[in-house]
Amino acid sequence: MSAGYDVQRIRKDFPILERRLSGDSAESSWPLVYLDSANTSQKPLSVIEAIDEHYRWHNANVARAMHVLGAEATEGFELGRTKVAEFIGALNHERGRDEVIFTKNASEALNLVARVLGDAGRVNENTDIVITEMEHHSNIVPWQQLAGRSGATLRWFGITDDGRLDLANLDELITERTAVVSLTWVSNMLGTINPLDVVIARAKAVGALVVVDASQAVPQLPVDVATLGADFVAFTGHKMVGPTGIGVLWGRYDLLAELPPFLGGGEMIETVTMGASTFAKPPHRFEAGTPPIAQAVGLGAAVDYLTAIGMDNIAAHEREITAYALGALQEIDGLRVVGPRDAVDRGGAVSFTLEGVHPHDVAQLLDSRGVAVRAGHHCAKPAHQRFGVQSTTRASFYLYTTTDEIDALVEALHFTKKYFGA
Amino acid sequence: MTSTPNLDSLYQEIILDHYKNPHGRGLRDPYEAEVHHVNPTCGDEITLRVHVDGDLVEDVSYDAVGCSISQASASVLNDLVVGKSVQDGLAVLDEFHAMMQGKGQVVPDEDVLEDGVAFAGVAQFPARVKCALLSWMAFKDAVLQAEETPSS
Repeated sequence: MSAGYDVQRIRKDFPILERRLSGDSAESSWPLVYLDSANTSQKPLSVIEAIDEHYRWHNANVARAMHVLGAEATEGFELGRTKVAEFIGALNHERGRDEVIFTKNASEALNLVARVLGDAGRVNENTDIVITEMEHHSNIVPWQQLAGRSGATLRWFGITDDGRLDLANLDELITERTAVVSLTWVSNMLGTINPLDVVIARAKAVGALVVVDASQAVPQLPVDVATLGADFVAFTGHKMVGPTGIGVLWGRYDLLAELPPFLGGGEMIETVTMGASTFAKPPHRFEAGTPPIAQAVGLGAAVDYLTAIGMDNIAAHEREITAYALGALQEIDGLRVVGPRDAVDRGGAVSFTLEGVHPHDVAQLLDSRGVAVRAGHHCAKPAHQRFGVQSTTRASFYLYTTTDEIDALVEALHFTKKYFGA
Repeated sequence: MTSTPNLDSLYQEIILDHYKNPHGRGLRDPYEAEVHHVNPTCGDEITLRVHVDGDLVEDVSYDAVGCSISQASASVLNDLVVGKSVQDGLAVLDEFHAMMQGKGQVVPDEDVLEDGVAFAGVAQFPARVKCALLSWMAFKDAVLQAEETPSS
């Protein structure tokens, strides 16, 4: 592993990683081997404590309470926004802080974009929406719904046999008719890291907007929205060592300023009369109701934690552990990796099938040995259909994953094969 | 520390046997009703047909993708309801359902459930109960539809 990257020291920051599980009998006890971080990451003590301290000492509603606690809560909440903006490079924009909108998760962030682009008339019956076959359902369904409402045509990038985005028909897919292109940066199922630069350059050439689902990217790659070239970037807090209940939509300020609100309610208005309302400026225009306050504080602490370790270091660790896992897993007879088989341009999620054993049974057997993975369609049914599989088992890694844990996974897979006589 | 029930109580030999050698698999004619049920959380799917003649369940045929538990359960369903009256078939379903919802506390009636008692262990694994019930819920849906359809 990388010189200077002390994974054992990092693991000490995550209390849950000390858990032992009873496995399948009272006599046995197994250390938790948590290989489901693409689903949700574990939380370091600093995040848990930041949330705890907020509720113990500073809890109040934000932006409207005229008292000390209200001021402190507002400061904590808005500091979370500043930290997130800095973390993703948005502060390099003049109004970068105001480009960070808090949502409840990445799904809501993507729904927000789809809804307001439709309401603004930017997507209509004369336009195309372009997505890819490797999207998570959260970046498929909102666009299908928008196509249904607006009469726009939904078009899809395919996937190559080795699990890469098929760019062969890039110029035929993204055309003058394209209003918006929405794609994932890192596939949650295949692990593929997509060449965003190529897609964004083509989209910009024809004047299309670009939405990036960065749910799997922001946790494991350095991100700089100022140079990325996308118009919107969506991600979620809980996959980047932050709490559940908070997601982020980053959008270019000039664009956000033109777009209508998403949900209506408190916080998002300028003034309300019985006749009509006018709306606040971004980001508050898009944040109706009491926002996820403690979660924003926790997400700020998460960003601090990741920054202290360094996203370049985390990305390097992720690459090394993924390369190790791809090598070790593919030595198992009957195991087929679905997605890129080498560690090039690849994130830390490896989905696979094991001949003769259904993924749910694989996951059950692994769980009996303390190994936590995900089994199923991973909210990416079209990508599974592309590879002719109904479901897969997915092991996913993060900054605290060790090679010993990969070895434990491999050993548990051998046990699984033996148990099922496969 | 919570104790996980024993793996062998989940994967009983009977279940693994039905998984490896499923009974009544495949879609057949004739049939009065065909249903398609999906388990949205895990993606397991079953297409199931019932052929009812008068009051008698003549055939339950199916095409299913899913885990060992859901596959074995469809096989046991076929064993237990084919050749019974609709009413008796639904009574077996009720017994099976009660066992699966019983969190491992319900003692099943072996005379009614036969091989189905092997699924008592599955009831201790909340995440897997839906796997065992998929084919049974499809059967219930199909047989009720078939009853509304004039016999072919």
